[in-house]
Amino acid sequence: MRWLRERALVCREAVALMSDYLDRRLPARDIKRLERHLAECPHCHEYLEQLRVTIEALGEAQPDDLSPEALDELVVVYRRWRDE
Amino acid sequence: MVVEVAEPVDGRIIGLSCDALEETELLERLRSGDEAAFATLVGTYQTRMLRLARGFVPSQGVAEEVVQDTWLGVVRGIDRFEGRSSVASWLFTILVNRAKSAGQRERRHWAATDLDTDHDALEHFDAGGAWAPAPEAWAEEAEDRLVALKLAARARACLDELPPTQREVVLLRDVEGLDAAEVCSVLGITDANQRVLLHRGRARVRCALGEEIGQR
Repeated sequence: MRWLRERALVCREAVALMSDYLDRRLPARDIKRLERHLAECPHCHEYLEQLRVTIEALGEAQPDDLSPEALDELVVVYRRWRDE
Repeated sequence: MVVEVAEPVDGRIIGLSCDALEETELLERLRSGDEAAFATLVGTYQTRMLRLARGFVPSQGVAEEVVQDTWLGVVRGIDRFEGRSSVASWLFTILVNRAKSAGQRERRHWAATDLDTDHDALEHFDAGGAWAPAPEAWAEEAEDRLVALKLAARARACLDELPPTQREVVLLRDVEGLDAAEVCSVLGITDANQRVLLHRGRARVRCALGEEIGQR
């Protein structure tokens, strides 16, 4: 089955590996295959960079702050537990 | 994780102040009945829990009830929490269990739906698996700080548009920063499913960000 492992990736297959690649969860064998493809395919290289930007943007996507009223309500619940 | 501690001002707990605190110290203070520590915990997690809960239940109102119920569970369970997982993982697990029960009737079964969504329509390949057409280039533009801010806002809006199970995984992994094992444990899914859902969710957000840049 050695020939199967060494077959070059097509773009569709490369894209399917990229999320795991960025998470450092790809086996060494697939890393090599993907990097070989990326070196030759500017479109997949661009896609990988876009995925990297996407993950960064998600990391900055923080929710709105809690209102002071909502916080007060919950502190009352906690106080009740503490005083039980 | 290091969190900031709220301090009482004029007898009222408001906002967050400057003292950094390790999780173990936060837990000790919670167990001893420290309101500022509790306010810190709530301030840090309330809106994040609401956003996660929203994926499991049919309305914002139900999500708010689930989060309120989660805080009651947290308060009652503080003494039993041994700190083997992170505080975030502990809170989200309680939340997801409650949200799943609350949303059981309405929730679609994830295996039958989100895994079969139109992922392929997001990227176009020819019969041989090559790009057709190639993706438009925009990654370099995101190096501009103003563009990056705009993309973060779009990413946040796009989260709400993802199929529920993709949103849950992307939220916990990329927004909350939990690792893959924690996400599997919190959501009760396999590693293989976690990977597929994460990849598809990210691919959808990427697509939305590309459209956002294209509209400029």
